Amino acid sequence: MRRATIILAAALTLAAVGDPADRLADPVKEARARSLFRETRCVVCQGESIDDSDAPLAADLRRLVRAQVASGRTDGQIRGFLVARYGDFVLFRPPLSWTNLVLWVGPFLVALGGLALLITRERRPPAPPAAELSAEDEAKLARLAAGDDT
Amino acid sequence: MTAELGAFALILAFCASLAQAGLSFAGRARRDATLTGAGEGAALAVFVAVTVGFAALIWAFATSDFSVANVAQNSHSEKPLIYKIAGAWGSHEGSILLWCFMLTAYGSAIALSRGLPWGLKSLTVGVQGSLGVLFIGYMVFASNPLLRFSDPPVEGHSLNPLLQDPALAAHPPFLYAGYVGMSVVFSLALAALIEGRVDAAWARWVRPWALAAWSLLTVGITLGSFWAYYELGWGGWWFWDPVENASLMPWLMATALLHSAIVTEKRGALAAWTCFLAIGAFTLSMLGAFLVRSGVLTSVHAFAVDPRRGLLLLGILGIAAGSGFALFAWRAPRLKDSQVFAPISRESALVVNNIILAAVTCTVLVGTLWPLVLEPFGKQGGVGGPYYNTVVGPLMAIAFLIIPAGTLLAWKRGDALGVAQRLLPAAAAALAAGVLAYALVEPRRALASLGVAFGVWLVAGVLVEAATRIRLARAPLAESARRIVALPRGAWGMTLAHAGLGLFAMGAAYETGWRLEAAQVLAEGGAMDLGAYHVRLDSVAVVPGPNYDAEQAVITVTDPSGRLACLGRPSRRTYDVGGETVSKVALCLHGLDDIYVVIGERRAAGAGAGSAWLVRAWVNPWIRLVFCGPLLMALGGAISLSDRRMRLAVGARRAAPGPSLAPAE
Repeated sequence: MRRATIILAAALTLAAVGDPADRLADPVKEARARSLFRETRCVVCQGESIDDSDAPLAADLRRLVRAQVASGRTDGQIRGFLVARYGDFVLFRPPLSWTNLVLWVGPFLVALGGLALLITRERRPPAPPAAELSAEDEAKLARLAAGDDT
Repeated sequence: MTAELGAFALILAFCASLAQAGLSFAGRARRDATLTGAGEGAALAVFVAVTVGFAALIWAFATSDFSVANVAQNSHSEKPLIYKIAGAWGSHEGSILLWCFMLTAYGSAIALSRGLPWGLKSLTVGVQGSLGVLFIGYMVFASNPLLRFSDPPVEGHSLNPLLQDPALAAHPPFLYAGYVGMSVVFSLALAALIEGRVDAAWARWVRPWALAAWSLLTVGITLGSFWAYYELGWGGWWFWDPVENASLMPWLMATALLHSAIVTEKRGALAAWTCFLAIGAFTLSMLGAFLVRSGVLTSVHAFAVDPRRGLLLLGILGIAAGSGFALFAWRAPRLKDSQVFAPISRESALVVNNIILAAVTCTVLVGTLWPLVLEPFGKQGGVGGPYYNTVVGPLMAIAFLIIPAGTLLAWKRGDALGVAQRLLPAAAAALAAGVLAYALVEPRRALASLGVAFGVWLVAGVLVEAATRIRLARAPLAESARRIVALPRGAWGMTLAHAGLGLFAMGAAYETGWRLEAAQVLAEGGAMDLGAYHVRLDSVAVVPGPNYDAEQAVITVTDPSGRLACLGRPSRRTYDVGGETVSKVALCLHGLDDIYVVIGERRAAGAGAGSAWLVRAWVNPWIRLVFCGPLLMALGGAISLSDRRMRLAVGARRAAPGPSLAPAE
């Protein structure tokens, strides 16, 4: 509880977002940097993005990302750089890889599996019609009806 | 003395719940109505005893009796009375007591309910009693809220100041009433599996309980979200945080359950699946409680965390859910499920809805537990908002497309072309809204426009369905008006709930796409731009509060036309006890929009320039829909619950659904 309080208190100092002084002059680039911030985990915080966090590491990462955006690197390159440095953990949206396959394929597999079940269920013939008796059974039935039980 | 009385009552409750389970099961096995009657009596006794214990704890909090350890750790004599009382469920022990209170309240409600067949009822009371044994046992032996100090302190620690808030005082009771409401559905499912009968009649008994729990859970989650929105000061309303996900998972499953129970009730199909969802919904509720209370997952708002007892809770979860699913695996294959329906039919639409909700639940479940999955492999991992949005977004979009069609399709075999024709106006409205949003709102955002279009499609679609139902424009106006009142309330509940979902989607898409944000360090008299709005920091003063001192700013925001849009007083409170600081947000309603202003710490503005403050401001357009939509959904649930058929359902007993059922619902 104490820990949670401290974290919240840190978050509430609010110094982080914006870093008014550091902002990039080009609004398009700044917007790109901001959207990258939101995808990047502050690895020493708890479940916060570097966009939210007040931690010094988050501020460093913001500066780094802004510098890379300014120098014209693509979003993919910047994400690659972050992952190389901190691992997949740093991204809130982990990249598609063997480890993360379950995350990306699982939900859709569940949906497709359910749909497949629904379709096969419907292909199944509707309740089998009362089976017609074979000629042999007819004869047997006739015999039974006649009271000739053999 | 009251604390001892309360503690004694809780131990009594534990013994009585043992009796409740034992008598009910034994009575059912021996076909002895006297024994099961005694079991029902025990269920009432458990409830009374737990209520006494709960009242004792609330009394201890209200009177600031610091000789009770729990009060000393979580309260303070200078707190306002309402937060003293809310403190009773602010701690781990208190929240478990609240949980047990709800559990036994539902238990006694089943015991008092009439109309359930004798065998099913006694087993349901028995299963509910077994849950009582587990949870009350945990409370009495591992988490007693009424323990005394031998050497009481003069003054208590305080409740986390963030939790001193009216929305949050009301949030746990609603949330727990929803979580624990699923226990009734769970007990009914287990009882039906033991009895070997899961049929349309059973689904009728399940639905009102599921509906009540779902509505309460919806309100609880909305209150929590609203609290996070204006109390955490981050401008957002949903963070995909483990604690939030923990409450979302049972909600998703309960939503699926509500829909599949309709199919089971009306058509006698999907019995096993409905049963599975009933067990799953309460399992996820327990998982939620475990995740929140154990601290296995780090969360920004996991309060009252205790890993040692988390293990015990995990054990309880394992026993309850394990036996539930084991019973399901053993008995479900025997359930008959013979109804057939065409690919285009209301059944199919509801099944697809269930499949999607199941997939979304899996996404949230796997995503939330992902760090735990990777841990044994020595890897660190975890997903966040962007992941969930990417996966859940498309899945929900499919569900949204189907909902209006599903409500219009007939059972068994639907007329796809006819439904498409009737939905043309809704499609036109959605298209128009999407195009207008894309063309007119600056800056252009395709995804947000699409989201708005989906929301409008849903709202317009359910309106089309409602118009069809009252035969608007096809019958005289008086006839339509008569139908509004005469048609079953359940149908109106459905309309409201779906419209609420549509409004929520519109708000969520619009707010996410076109939120304005600005942050700047301002001195008194300083100003900044917020999109076309203008934000000015007029003054800052220190204002004393009841148990804190606040540094309060006066901020004026003018809208693009130059008129005053908001005179806000955001503040930073420093609490006397503990010295914690909390930001209080200034919120101004501006139509459907909010203007949201937060003030940061005082800092030096520069050489000799005096003080300055970091001011952050947002314009959150259409955000009111995000909160009003879910409330409308809960209201829809409540209206459905007031349906005469829902109450009669408890009395009605039918082996199989007849061919002539109520018209489109």
